[in-house]
Amino acid sequence: MLSMKKSAFAGALALSLAASAQAAAPKAEVIHWWTSGGESAAVKVFSEAYTATGGVWVDTAVALGEQARSVAINRIVGGNPPTMAQFNTSKQFLDVVEQGMLNNVDEVAIRDGWDKFLPETVLNVVKVKGHYYAAPVDIHMPTWIWYSKAAFKKAGIAAEPKSMDELFAALDKLKAAGLVALAHGGQPWQENTVFTAVLANVGGTELYLKVLRDRDSKAILGDDFKKVLLAYKRLQGYVDKGSPGRNWNDATALLITGKAGVQIMGDWAKGEFTLAHQVPGKDYGCIAGFGPKSPYIIQGDVFVFPKTTNAEQIKAQKVLAGLMLAPATQVAFSNKKGSIPVRTDVDSSKMDICAQQGLAIMKDKSRQLGNGEVYLNPDQNGSMSDILTTYWNKAVPVEKVQKDIAAALKN
Amino acid sequence: MKIQPKQLLRQLITWTALLPMAATVLVAYLGTVLWSLKVSMSNSRTFPSDDFVGLAQFERLFDNERWMLSLQNLALYGVLFILACMTIGFLLAVFIDQKVMAEGALRTIFLYPYAMSFVATGLVWQWMLNPGNGIQQAVRLMGYEDFTFDWIIDQDKVMYTIVIATVWQASGLVMALLLAGLRGIDEEIWKAARIDGIPTWRVYLSIVLPMLGPSVATVFVLLSTAVIKLFDAVAAMTQGGPGTASEVPAKFIMDYLFGRANIALASAASIVMLLTVLALLAPLLYVRSRSKRQEADK
Repeated sequence: MLSMKKSAFAGALALSLAASAQAAAPKAEVIHWWTSGGESAAVKVFSEAYTATGGVWVDTAVALGEQARSVAINRIVGGNPPTMAQFNTSKQFLDVVEQGMLNNVDEVAIRDGWDKFLPETVLNVVKVKGHYYAAPVDIHMPTWIWYSKAAFKKAGIAAEPKSMDELFAALDKLKAAGLVALAHGGQPWQENTVFTAVLANVGGTELYLKVLRDRDSKAILGDDFKKVLLAYKRLQGYVDKGSPGRNWNDATALLITGKAGVQIMGDWAKGEFTLAHQVPGKDYGCIAGFGPKSPYIIQGDVFVFPKTTNAEQIKAQKVLAGLMLAPATQVAFSNKKGSIPVRTDVDSSKMDICAQQGLAIMKDKSRQLGNGEVYLNPDQNGSMSDILTTYWNKAVPVEKVQKDIAAALKN
Repeated sequence: MKIQPKQLLRQLITWTALLPMAATVLVAYLGTVLWSLKVSMSNSRTFPSDDFVGLAQFERLFDNERWMLSLQNLALYGVLFILACMTIGFLLAVFIDQKVMAEGALRTIFLYPYAMSFVATGLVWQWMLNPGNGIQQAVRLMGYEDFTFDWIIDQDKVMYTIVIATVWQASGLVMALLLAGLRGIDEEIWKAARIDGIPTWRVYLSIVLPMLGPSVATVFVLLSTAVIKLFDAVAAMTQGGPGTASEVPAKFIMDYLFGRANIALASAASIVMLLTVLALLAPLLYVRSRSKRQEADK
């Protein structure tokens, strides 16, 4: 009954939006990189909502994020910008803001009260010098710990690990049972993901912020961070020989078939389980982190609105910024995308247990943290990723890794 | 003598026809090189900026472990790739030169890899070299259970897999070019050699190969540029991995140009690559121009 009332309300909202935009049918060209099956289904939620307001959605999907972003930047610089373009919740678009090449959407943000419902981490990214330059649309959590219940059973692991030590114990048992203990795809970004998970769970929130946000070289050279790096390297001992170069979804497939026990991967992995008709809590488990204070790492996507003086385009930008953050659109989009909404004041009953668990953690502000790219610029983030992947794959003294990271984050 | 108006018109037309080419060279080649040089000495990030920082980006570049490793990898790759391509290409050309049956079909088969994009064939190579489901697994299923061929996941051997795959692609081209050279050799030389009773292999090695000089030089230049711009094979087969073991300069430049939004460092790296190419090609061009002059003097 309640949800019916809510959808009726959403309908009314869409209608009123439609009425306000009915005067013209502004064309909105959108550059994004959501090209896989689930992703295109998700972006359709936005395009349909926009079409319902009487607008025309022109879809410019460019495969691969890096490619899509360089297309967007080139078109903005070239004077032929799209109506909106996708970036990550990160510093990727900061240079574009500083060059004065984006329109802000202050009017919409203040009208809808973004300050009230957006997580602080996300707000800090979209709000530059007091103006709102991007509309956040989803929150992904990159460091979920997934495990196969079938593999756990085979290895005789009775309970879900509750701490890092228990996780290592479980990995030992999996290895002893002849299974792939840690399903890992040996690509730099996946190693970065594993590292982020270890930094959050072994190092804790305080060290996490000191290293990634404050780039504090004392903390980076300290003993606590050394422990984090050693735990990260220790995990490498649990991967199989075929891991280098493997794609993340192939690693997830190992869990689905029960050949591997654990994978550390973002919540997009859920899509793979769902495609294989597996149910969270029954066939596989999801752990957001260990302990009652474990942080929820925020990674996500935003849309920016390139500068234009065309009144119709500006109107389209405002309509888009408003409708993408509407609660009903957010829930519909997140369910297709595998993410959670950017606002916690939504009806979570339609979401699966992992997403519900995530949303519950998100409600505690002190547990929200950004991933590396939220705090570091793309250059620093890339250099750090080079160091981490080298450490993972080669025998490098941990002290050298500490020194290298401190140097990479200095400039 | 007065210049005929007709002659003048003809000269004018010739120069006008050359103008677009000259403009392309000046703007698109030299202009962009100078532009990159300027950017490489600035503090640019996503967008080019005008501040001047001298050689700071170059300093950072040569402090970067990944860049140094990329250069090492490229040197190793370059030597092996060029040697293997030349040897295999020459042998293939000699083989086809024996007036074999179905020559046309064989030529097409050997040249075909070059006609396909490495983005596609690189993926096939990746599958074949993958120990879990490629050659290793196939041989093991045939009964040789100890057979191992896992170079693509081996830190120290991954570059060799790139060499193997790209040699497969490029040696057909070498064959085609050298075969054209072989066909240009005068029949009389063969006859003379036969009368003297010189073994065939010796004729190829001591007489024909030196005569192929210009063709070999062309092949060398083509292969060298392929080495410098090596990117697609790495991107398709290993993405620079495992870890950073198969990183190459072109990939470094691409990563910093877009993903890492540091066009200054990327420009500095491309300037270094340009200088490397010039350093390699300048002696070659010098030797060529000198031999031409000598011929003219005769």
